[in-house]
Amino acid sequence: MSREQYPEKLVAITGIGQSEVGRPSTKSAIALTVDACEQAVADAGLTMGDIDGLATYPGPVANGDGFSPVGATEVMLALGLDPTWVGASTEGHAHMSAIFNAIQAIASGLCRHVLVFRTVAQASARAEVPHAGIIGGGRVVAQRVWGGQSWTLPYNALSAATLYGLYANAYFRKYGATSEQLGAIAVHSRKMAGLNANAVYRKPITLDDYLASRMISTPLRLYDCDTHIDGSTAILFSRRDVAKDLRQPPLAIEAMGMALGGIGAGLHTGDFTTLPADKAGRMLWSRTDLTPADLDMAQIYDGFSILTLLWLEALQICAPGEAAQFVEGGSRIALDGALPMNTSGGQLSAGRFHGYGHTHEACLQLWGRGGERQVRDARVGVVCNGGFGYGALLLRRD
Amino acid sequence: MTSNPAAPPRALPGLERQNRAYWTGGAGGLLLIGRCGACKVFVHPPLPRCPACGDRNVEPEAVSGRGRVASFSINHQAWLPRLPVPYVFAAVELEEQAQLYVFTNIINSPVDQVEIGMPVEVTFEAHEDVHLPMFQPQGGPR
Repeated sequence: MSREQYPEKLVAITGIGQSEVGRPSTKSAIALTVDACEQAVADAGLTMGDIDGLATYPGPVANGDGFSPVGATEVMLALGLDPTWVGASTEGHAHMSAIFNAIQAIASGLCRHVLVFRTVAQASARAEVPHAGIIGGGRVVAQRVWGGQSWTLPYNALSAATLYGLYANAYFRKYGATSEQLGAIAVHSRKMAGLNANAVYRKPITLDDYLASRMISTPLRLYDCDTHIDGSTAILFSRRDVAKDLRQPPLAIEAMGMALGGIGAGLHTGDFTTLPADKAGRMLWSRTDLTPADLDMAQIYDGFSILTLLWLEALQICAPGEAAQFVEGGSRIALDGALPMNTSGGQLSAGRFHGYGHTHEACLQLWGRGGERQVRDARVGVVCNGGFGYGALLLRRD
Repeated sequence: MTSNPAAPPRALPGLERQNRAYWTGGAGGLLLIGRCGACKVFVHPPLPRCPACGDRNVEPEAVSGRGRVASFSINHQAWLPRLPVPYVFAAVELEEQAQLYVFTNIINSPVDQVEIGMPVEVTFEAHEDVHLPMFQPQGGPR
């Protein structure tokens, strides 16, 4: 198959939308979702009648923990859509699975315009149930657990912070990385969030603030962990040949990369210093002539700061063991640095839009709509999502 | 830590055919890990088919219960009311095979003395019908 036939080459991003961020919001989760979706469709200059596909990750999880309170069916009804194709999946490549599904649905001719959304209401859930944020969502008495989490929850790995603490600890030990280096990500994120009116935490922090913040699970501190919010993001994908007639210059999907390791089922490979995301990085660069040197900016997943280091290496932006030095001091990842990174403030400071904030920000930058935080001449950017399942997109504005 | 009656009870694994040996072997003092009868590779978490050779004869087998701390994290956050902290969550690499990891808590050791590479051995903690494999420094409590 020639590269021109790859599904992502047949698809473009044509609109974006994001609701207000709340901690918690006064709006319902479905109302936030409608806000984001209406924005995305209007951004492309389309109407709801044009939308013939709908996708989300992970689909509704009706357990009250706010992780995914809104499903595709409700959104279909609320927006008055009559889609040809609808897709949602909890498994697979996690956050970006909905985007990959949308790309494939368009490329295979099922539909022309797929609206992809992701909604979280974890701040509201925590306001109702104080411990709704832990894995298992507000469990306060023992109950039996099944599946992948049954290997870790009995040992009170009640947050992913405890699990990813193993990765951070092993990475520190193997490469001599330090808290000062890791903390540069949190300090940078807060600085960028100060330039984003829709970020949840905008007050700058210093490296000393970071080092003084409370330890969650060694070596991860409070500021290494992302922030639960209420909010929704929508991204509109369109068939490339119809995208050129829309309101925004279409953003090309130069390449995509995906991987699924065993972590979700309790199987970890390697020495806890790499993620199966490495495979997603190799796939991404195998589908394009561009190289990491061509990147103008990077929106790197930061559910926990250690994931950012591991993804920087997975995407071959840094060699193994060198990401900590790359982010140290923050100058290389600053707006005027070698590779501006997480320019919205990421999940650490803008809020946990759960991957979709990163894609939203990449599009905003490529369209030159970043305002105070605009990366100069941003033409090529990479986005990646995931800690359990992995996805990456290489986006380009012609 | 579970001797504290005020502590929140642990979330116990649901038992089914595939995982029962691992979670109940401790009743007889055994750490039981799935092993392929054909190529002898250990398989954990247990699967009904050997991922190395495809053989369907994967059965629980007692291992030494010794290993080393592959990585760990000292959890300081009380995620639940009265959760006793700090505690050590760890991946232990069993000595029988490279990258044969089990998740556990490291107990019977001051948390600040746990290190990557530390030799550990299994000990079991009974909760209802589950015998949680826990690990402590080799040679017993410190």
